[in-house]
Amino acid sequence: MSETLLTIANLKTRLGDAQHPIRVVDGVDITINKGETFALLGESGCGKSMTALSMMRLLPPSGRVIKGRVEFAGINLLSLSEREMRGVRGGSMGMIFQEPMTSLNPVLRIGEQIAESVRLHDKQLRGAVDDRVVALLDAVGIPDPTRRAREYPHQLSGGMKQRVMIAMALAGRPKLLIADEPTTALDVTIQAQVLKLLKGLQQETDMAILLITHDLGVVAETADRLAVMYAGQIVETAEVDGFFKGPKHPYSRKLFDSLPDSRKRDEKLAVIEGSVPSLDSYFKGCRFTGRCDVSSDRCHREIPKWRQLDEQTGVRCLLYAYDAMLPGEKKEQDTVLHSPRRLTQENLLNVQNLKVHFPIQKGIFKRVVGYVRAVDGIDLSIPKGTTLALVGESGCGKTTVGKGILQLIRPTDGRVQLEEDELTLLKGEALRRRRADMQIIFQDPMSSMNPRMLVGNIIAEGMQAQRMYNRQQRENRVSELLQQVGLSADAAKRYPHEFSGGQRQRICVARALAVEPRLIVCDEPTSALDVSVQAQILNLLKQLQNELDLSYLFITHNISVVSYLADQVAVMYLGRIVEKGNVDEVLKNPAHPYTQALLSAVPVPDPNHQSSIIQLEGDMPSPANPPSGCHFHPRCPAAKKNCATEYPHETQLSDSHHVNCWLVT
Amino acid sequence: MPELVILSTDALIFLLVILASGFTRYASKREHLRAPWREVARSKVGMGALLVLSCFVTIGLLDSIHFRPEANGNTKESAEVLSLFDKLVTPLRMYQEKTYSAPLAAYQYTKENAELANGTTRRDYPRLEYGGSHLQNVEQEWGSDIVSKSLLGMSKGLLFWLLSTLLFLFWRSQRHRATIGNTLNELWAFQTEIPWRTLLITAGVICLLGFWAAELSTYYHLLGTDKVGEDVFYQALKSIRTGLLIGTLTTLVMLPAAILLGIMAGYFRGWVDDLIQYAYTTLNSIPGVLLIAAAILMMQIYMSNHEEQFASLTQRADLRLLFLCMILGVTSWTGLCRMLRGETFKMREMEYVQAAQAFGVGNFTIIGRHILPNVLHIVLITLVLDFSGLVLAEAVLSYVNIGVDPTMNSWGNMINSARLEMAREPIVWWSLAAALIFMFTLVLSANLFSDVVRDAFDPRLRSSR
Repeated sequence: MSETLLTIANLKTRLGDAQHPIRVVDGVDITINKGETFALLGESGCGKSMTALSMMRLLPPSGRVIKGRVEFAGINLLSLSEREMRGVRGGSMGMIFQEPMTSLNPVLRIGEQIAESVRLHDKQLRGAVDDRVVALLDAVGIPDPTRRAREYPHQLSGGMKQRVMIAMALAGRPKLLIADEPTTALDVTIQAQVLKLLKGLQQETDMAILLITHDLGVVAETADRLAVMYAGQIVETAEVDGFFKGPKHPYSRKLFDSLPDSRKRDEKLAVIEGSVPSLDSYFKGCRFTGRCDVSSDRCHREIPKWRQLDEQTGVRCLLYAYDAMLPGEKKEQDTVLHSPRRLTQENLLNVQNLKVHFPIQKGIFKRVVGYVRAVDGIDLSIPKGTTLALVGESGCGKTTVGKGILQLIRPTDGRVQLEEDELTLLKGEALRRRRADMQIIFQDPMSSMNPRMLVGNIIAEGMQAQRMYNRQQRENRVSELLQQVGLSADAAKRYPHEFSGGQRQRICVARALAVEPRLIVCDEPTSALDVSVQAQILNLLKQLQNELDLSYLFITHNISVVSYLADQVAVMYLGRIVEKGNVDEVLKNPAHPYTQALLSAVPVPDPNHQSSIIQLEGDMPSPANPPSGCHFHPRCPAAKKNCATEYPHETQLSDSHHVNCWLVT
Repeated sequence: MPELVILSTDALIFLLVILASGFTRYASKREHLRAPWREVARSKVGMGALLVLSCFVTIGLLDSIHFRPEANGNTKESAEVLSLFDKLVTPLRMYQEKTYSAPLAAYQYTKENAELANGTTRRDYPRLEYGGSHLQNVEQEWGSDIVSKSLLGMSKGLLFWLLSTLLFLFWRSQRHRATIGNTLNELWAFQTEIPWRTLLITAGVICLLGFWAAELSTYYHLLGTDKVGEDVFYQALKSIRTGLLIGTLTTLVMLPAAILLGIMAGYFRGWVDDLIQYAYTTLNSIPGVLLIAAAILMMQIYMSNHEEQFASLTQRADLRLLFLCMILGVTSWTGLCRMLRGETFKMREMEYVQAAQAFGVGNFTIIGRHILPNVLHIVLITLVLDFSGLVLAEAVLSYVNIGVDPTMNSWGNMINSARLEMAREPIVWWSLAAALIFMFTLVLSANLFSDVVRDAFDPRLRSSR
């Protein structure tokens, strides 16, 4: 067996005052070996990041480690002085964060920022610092490193910034790299690039990686071993292969069940009811028992002990205790089949040649010097009662399409027809009345509700604006809606911050439903939520669609959600739709090289899945200055000569499947 | 029956009191506003400062209830407008000497020719008419009298404080069904929600000082007298109202403009934003002092040309004060306006504003329902922070003679007159010292309080707690 690099034993961290401490980390044991990738998996609020911060000794001011041992390469980190600890941080232990945008200082050139950490850890280098910086940038795959070193962070794209962050972490030649959700803020194609880079670097330098993530797919593609964390404790450790074949802990199993995919299309997703318990409470039994569907009375009374099953795997569950317990009665989850979809030919929404251009102004007279072509002529239609998914990387104009359809941003050109009405021509009161038919659900449920208003008033706002019902009727309707989305009616008297993320998103759904819309634009409604909560929301959306015959325009970058929910898919690249068709056609037989690359980059939660990721070079160009010809040709692995000169026309592969590419004409 | 006189500033100040109590009612029903105030109530510094401030406010409010006393034969008095506060401190107001006298002195500060009984004149410091007039033999009794009067005053204060503290403890123990001893222990160990220990100690200090000053000032001129023999302590107390008025009314004047224009600029953008932005950048580039000087001078000329419009000197001075508040408001709304514009810029991109737009909610409803409540904390912070700056601004403006009316008591006027007094030999320092002590106490407590308020309302600091 390989050498142990890091040992965390019985680590306990508290936040907050002494009377009511929040037990963010409550007895965590981890060992990481040299050169391996260890994944720490769990929902948000489980204490993953706090574990990493505790071992780096970077806790927030109110945090403290009250117990435990962190041994790193033979040194007890918790007993080091702050001065010695600074040598370890960024030295033999590097860290990269989730948000590359805020981790770089915007007023310093990136070369200087990397040089800073080089100077700290390579004191003898002196004159050769610049060479080392260039070498580091080169190592993380940044093209033309000498020029890039002189650029400022805002000149780099998100993926580039994350590479720079990795370069900074590498400057100290770390033995352990802590990556805290390193790809969560990135698009799938960029995520694939960064994960590949991390793997490559690991092979070259033999460093260990502690990967903190909530994404089972990322774990399957990169990690060797993993630990599942729940409510401040490790509930399961395993080798990746074993884990994906048969997860032991009920929580781990539920995580798998709640992943959406095409095979589960006609059933409800398994959900983990409720949310992670508040960590300032005192636990008498198993922490998961409230949400577990195989729990028994004993789980409420007895705190499960850690049980090592074999050398690599262990679990914290009474099902695996020495005197094994019989699983409690499995609570029936209703997995009723949804009524079959009726694909009507009647379109609810027709969009033709929609264009949204934002002028770029310069000088004091605001002269228009160009346009950002955020949406540049798209056509789509949504039949009644169906879902169209709009897929693409961030910055391709998906959200602008949604807002353009809703007339929240007035389109520059094109037609948006909701049944008979041409929305782009409606104005003032007429448009205001039509707004009841189309609603929007946003990505972040926190910022989409006014924190100063009661939930009841938030939901009633739309009805009030549309002058629907009188006051009493509105109140009744609010409680009806709250029950419809699975909340109790007394939620109306509370403030949004009293609810968890999933509950807030339910409130947002209720608000949108209040005005009885026919079309709902869902703008990444689940990407800010944990997997288990995402399943709840997806179930809700699907159920509502069946009951109320709603149409959805589902804007997302999550392909597995698309395959679960959508009927049709449209793939967008740089303001234009490059491919659209029925969900099976597009996802199973993608015709456009961009769709192919996008699909191949999606991490699959199966370590044996042999996929050849089509690596896309570089980033999406700016919509202010799109490439000539096919927008995709500079990154396209199969680009031909005429791709650079002329935009490909639409080719019909079947009745429903259309693609814009020269390769398939 | 004395006739009630409502000066324009009085009316405004009571309007402000009504608005403030209305806001308190509004805030007490809303958790997001109540929580930060609870934070303020928990802070030791904040509550101590608040107690000192409330003493100032009480004096200021008492000084804002004006009436015309009944003419009881004394024609000079009937023309005057007095305040409730004047009535309370009648001795201070009435005991007027001839000219300068030092603090606690029994003799005048300057020599005078006095005719002796035998017909010869002698040049000497004459006895004061009121200050220390109860003393038979000044040289022997003066020192011991001061000490004994001080002790008497302080023990009165101590007694009063002890009694009220006991009463408070009794009330509290009744309410919580605990013994008085336990309640006291609890207070002393800061185990209560509100830092009562700090409050009680501050109240004790205020009681001691207050009773001491009251005792001494009935027999002496505590802070001396000025050129015309008026009690400086009285002047300094009267100036409190002026300071408070400038600090609060100015913000009241500028608030509607700043809020409305700031939010409109941020929300509508486009030409509305350009227009408002041009308006305040233009206004900002005119030196504030120049604008104030021009306005005040114009007002002065108007007033001297239309003397018949003003029933009394007090009314005239009052109008000038109001005008000063307004013109200060006109020059100071731009800062808040700019801040609100920026915040609204951010706010209008929030998803709940877009959701409201998607519902077809009207623009002004969105402003009133979604934007205003979410920028209210900025308004509050600015209000509290600006207060002390404005009090100081009054002093500076009065010093250069474009502030309040010279007949009006204000710290600025006191400092202005002290300019000449400092040049005298021997110097007269007490006017300046009195103005400084009072102003310093007010501004310091206002600053400490505003720091606490800002910390409690700042959302960025809230997450780190």
